[in-house]
Amino acid sequence: MKSKKTTNNLLLFSIVIILIISPLLLLKDAEFGGTDSKAEEVITEINPDYEPWFNPLFEPISGEIESLLFSIQAALGAGVIGYFFGYVRGKKNASFIKESKINNTKQK
Amino acid sequence: MKKRINLTLALISIMILAPNYVFGMHIMEGFLPIKWAIFWYVVSLPFVIMGMRKISKTFNDNPNQKMLFALVTAFVFILSALKMPSITGSTSHPTGTGLGAILFGPLPMSVSGLIVLLFQALLLAHGGITTLGANVFSMAVAGPYVAFAIYKMLKNKNKKIAIFTAAACANIFTYVVTSVQLAFAHPDVVGGVTSSLLKFLSIFAFTQIPLAIAEGILTVIILNLIANYENEAGYEIEKNN
Repeated sequence: MKSKKTTNNLLLFSIVIILIISPLLLLKDAEFGGTDSKAEEVITEINPDYEPWFNPLFEPISGEIESLLFSIQAALGAGVIGYFFGYVRGKKNASFIKESKINNTKQK
Repeated sequence: MKKRINLTLALISIMILAPNYVFGMHIMEGFLPIKWAIFWYVVSLPFVIMGMRKISKTFNDNPNQKMLFALVTAFVFILSALKMPSITGSTSHPTGTGLGAILFGPLPMSVSGLIVLLFQALLLAHGGITTLGANVFSMAVAGPYVAFAIYKMLKNKNKKIAIFTAAACANIFTYVVTSVQLAFAHPDVVGGVTSSLLKFLSIFAFTQIPLAIAEGILTVIILNLIANYENEAGYEIEKNN
């Protein structure tokens, strides 16, 4: 029963992997480029006189620093999620052991 | 069957031929005129305040919910850091707010979203302080409300499909709202708001579809896992929504 659940989850996860990888394989010439630059172009196309009136207080100095910060963000999330499942799993196992001990003493 | 294949092929070719714009997922710093920046701050603020109240009430009722809330916020953190390639040849990222909206209701997500958006605005120059109000509204208010409404409507029919649809639609709707916000702030000289809305929508509409599907599936997986441990860990799923 439990293994069936795991298989389902793994199957679902493989769909996600395929969704993410297939554009990379199908579109060899695409840029998969930076995120904010083109939106700027569209705004200037619609509204040529528009000047951004405020600049970011801090901008990552290079692409490397930016990806460093992005990976910190993802790592924080992943760390908490890992902690959560480790914790609840441990709790589940502990209550399992407790129950079986109670059952054992009853049998004696 | 053949018809269906043709339709799929047609859809795929539209996706590939669609303009290869790359879209800033959140509205960039300084790109909303001052009056709109203030307007969206004013609109978002009550949701954040009500969200904080809802969170403290939830924690008082059952302290075990803290862990679960940390998890849903972490889910927003990780998903909004992952810029994924999409079928249009550009990248965008999921929002991750659907999960929290299903578990806690829409209001607490305004706080989770605010934390993530602040992190990105201050450290990554992604989004911005002046556009924070608008970005909170699209990602942390509008998206979660859509997820919550769809989940409530569908959950009695098929729970898994309800979760998937709720999370996927929240993702798409976030970007629809972003387009509307941009369109109102930057109406086209010729066609007005509508024409500029179409321009902004066309940028991301196709990009976002595969990512929305991915987010929907990931949300189903993580809810499957959470449900495994509900009894032992002491948290309650859907108690507070």
